[in-house]
Amino acid sequence: MSDYNFAYLDEQTKRMIRRAILKGLAIPGYQVPFASREMPMPYGWGTGGVQVSAATLTPEDTLKVIDQGADDTTNAVSIRKFFEKTAGVATTEETAQASVIQTRHRIPEEALREDQILVYQVPIPEPLRFLEPSEVETRKMHSLEEYGLMHVKLYEDIAKHGAIATSYAYPVKVEGRYVMDPSPIPKFDNPKMEMAAIQLFGAGREQRIYALPPYCQVVSLDFEDFPFEASKAEHPCDMCGAEDSYLDEVIMDDAGSRMFVCSDTDYCASRRAAGHVGAQAAALEETAA
Amino acid sequence: MTPLLKVENISKYYGQRIGCQDVNFDLYPGEVMGIVGESGSGKSTLLNCLAGHLTPETGEVLFEMRDGAMRDTVTMSEPERRMLSRTDWAFVHQHARDGLRMNVSAGGNVGERLMAVGARHYGNIRAEAVDWLGRVEISESRVDDRPTQFSGGMQQRLQIARNLVTGPRLVFMDEPTGGLDVSVQARLLDLLRGLVREMGLSAIIVTHDLAVVRLLADRLMVMKDGHVVETGLTDQVLDDPQHAYTQLLVSSVLQV
Amino acid sequence: MRNQMIEIRDLSKTFTLHNQGSAVIPVMDGANLSVARGECVALTGASGAGKSTLMRMIYGNYLAAGGSIVVDGVDVVQAEPREILALRREVLGYVSQFLRVVPRVPTLDVVAEPLLAVGVEAEAARERARDLLTQLRIPERLWQLSPTSFSGGEQQRVNIARGFAHSYPAMLLDEPTASLDATNRATVLGLIEEAKARGAAIVGIFHDEAARDQVCDREIDVSVFTPGLQGAA
Repeated sequence: MSDYNFAYLDEQTKRMIRRAILKGLAIPGYQVPFASREMPMPYGWGTGGVQVSAATLTPEDTLKVIDQGADDTTNAVSIRKFFEKTAGVATTEETAQASVIQTRHRIPEEALREDQILVYQVPIPEPLRFLEPSEVETRKMHSLEEYGLMHVKLYEDIAKHGAIATSYAYPVKVEGRYVMDPSPIPKFDNPKMEMAAIQLFGAGREQRIYALPPYCQVVSLDFEDFPFEASKAEHPCDMCGAEDSYLDEVIMDDAGSRMFVCSDTDYCASRRAAGHVGAQAAALEETAA
Repeated sequence: MTPLLKVENISKYYGQRIGCQDVNFDLYPGEVMGIVGESGSGKSTLLNCLAGHLTPETGEVLFEMRDGAMRDTVTMSEPERRMLSRTDWAFVHQHARDGLRMNVSAGGNVGERLMAVGARHYGNIRAEAVDWLGRVEISESRVDDRPTQFSGGMQQRLQIARNLVTGPRLVFMDEPTGGLDVSVQARLLDLLRGLVREMGLSAIIVTHDLAVVRLLADRLMVMKDGHVVETGLTDQVLDDPQHAYTQLLVSSVLQV
Repeated sequence: MRNQMIEIRDLSKTFTLHNQGSAVIPVMDGANLSVARGECVALTGASGAGKSTLMRMIYGNYLAAGGSIVVDGVDVVQAEPREILALRREVLGYVSQFLRVVPRVPTLDVVAEPLLAVGVEAEAARERARDLLTQLRIPERLWQLSPTSFSGGEQQRVNIARGFAHSYPAMLLDEPTASLDATNRATVLGLIEEAKARGAAIVGIFHDEAARDQVCDREIDVSVFTPGLQGAA
């Protein structure tokens, strides 16, 4: 028996957060204010995502937590341990086994199913923030669907870099209505957001929750002559040989040699388990051995 | 010819204090009207009521929409009014930084209104921005510079380009030459006169500078303590003022 | 087409000086005047008799106290500002004694502006401006400069060029030959003759008696309309 209420938060708070989640699902892409609680971790470490997960989890759930696609980074490990202790739920590193996945900065490579929920940690939920600092004004812009400013940002990108240089937190329009910040996922992941699973977004410091119901239309903003491209490094994974996954570039030594590996650790591991071999996999196993 | 703007009984109060009271006038297409008066005379309050920045307590501001119908902009829905203010209306602020996005390039500043009404072709937006910069005498080479790198006069010209790019029919100007050097003022006045003539713009200009209205405005409205005390042709009001206050105002101008 | 271009009936004018004990100064009473197409009428009378005042009232620059001033069918006394502006743009030209322009605008554009205002194509307007500036002997090297920096005589000639750029059917000329040398004076008188020949109705003030005799068909002594001066002339 744990000394905590199930999943740390009290029942009233979880109810309040669930109401915000339901409202968010009813109005896809709309930022619902909620009374964010102090959590036993600092802002910026996923307090929004943790509160949404806490309100979503049931004792029967299996939780997976990833940070930049990896299950074994500090942030992911801490949050997974947090819920093991406060909720006693089962945890997993396998995407297919999880019923709730909390993520920071990635969407798993493996397609999610209708019985899964993806919870995003969001630092800044307001996509218009950097161009219009006034919250009063941005809320009005959302309510009146005045999104010209969003394209000003993309215009500035092209004017400065010759192409849309925004490569993560790339703004999307949801169901032809709300412009939404997809959290700092790489734009490679943007097309995946039209998925079977429920997607929930929690911003703790900013006290906002928003959501995408399954199979929601999510369009990345662009120009006719500069269309959106879901780009990734032009390289297969050096570990598992995958050509379709988002890659991290890893510097190997002081001489500048480098390798590209899947950022989704579970995806990479399961491919290798199935016998796929990347260009540097053999050399790396040797070093490890 | 029908008026573009019909202003009827506009009053605005700040608590017990009068902002402006019972203002009436018609503005016809192509007309430039000046509003003069000292600080606190209610001229800026009136301008802000007309432009939809303030809600007057009484009265109507009827604007001729593109379909020819006269609509009261005070009671129309906010989305409609905001749509007007980025298509058919323009507002030139005294301080360019109030009317520009200082952290966005000159091209982005001019292009914003185009994008706001649905332009989605980068090449076309940029070409139009460059064209407009040329019309306000800003070199194409400055298109990617931010307004913070511009002089006061250039910022003001950029603000004008940003406002006129969508081909508005009515321009509100609040002390458009205030705070500029006299020589820069002259160039701006000439530019404004040319644009008003070429585009057939109607404009309402609030200023306390009688020399500016003499050169820019066809008609003049003199305000004092929230009331309109005199109206007429600009040169007639300045050369043959009828009201005691206007006579005082005109005779107080220092001669050079 | 009516023959009388300018018809003034029972016109009166007072100045009320609110800030000087509300003194009311009557300056004109019962003025009547008709000017036909192609006719030039000179206003005469001692200084202060009201010649310029009458001229300014016809132009709508001074507000009448009573009566009517009908120019090409528009009563300037009753007309809305935009009607007077249209009249000034299309019908009624005015060469005042002073040039009032936006500083830094080139002389050529200053002269061409009245033509641009009535929709003349830019190059044609500039061609007409070049022609007038040449006639009035403004050196070509000055055309791209603002007239605000010119001498009094040069400014006066630029003002005349501007006033004659558009073929106004009615014109008001306030001392058009003052401070001009003989050659330029002859040019201006030629412009006036030309305007009359194409049917312009002209009201002028000329201290230059010889000029007045040459171009004017009639003289009207305005002091007969001046309260307190009646019968004195």
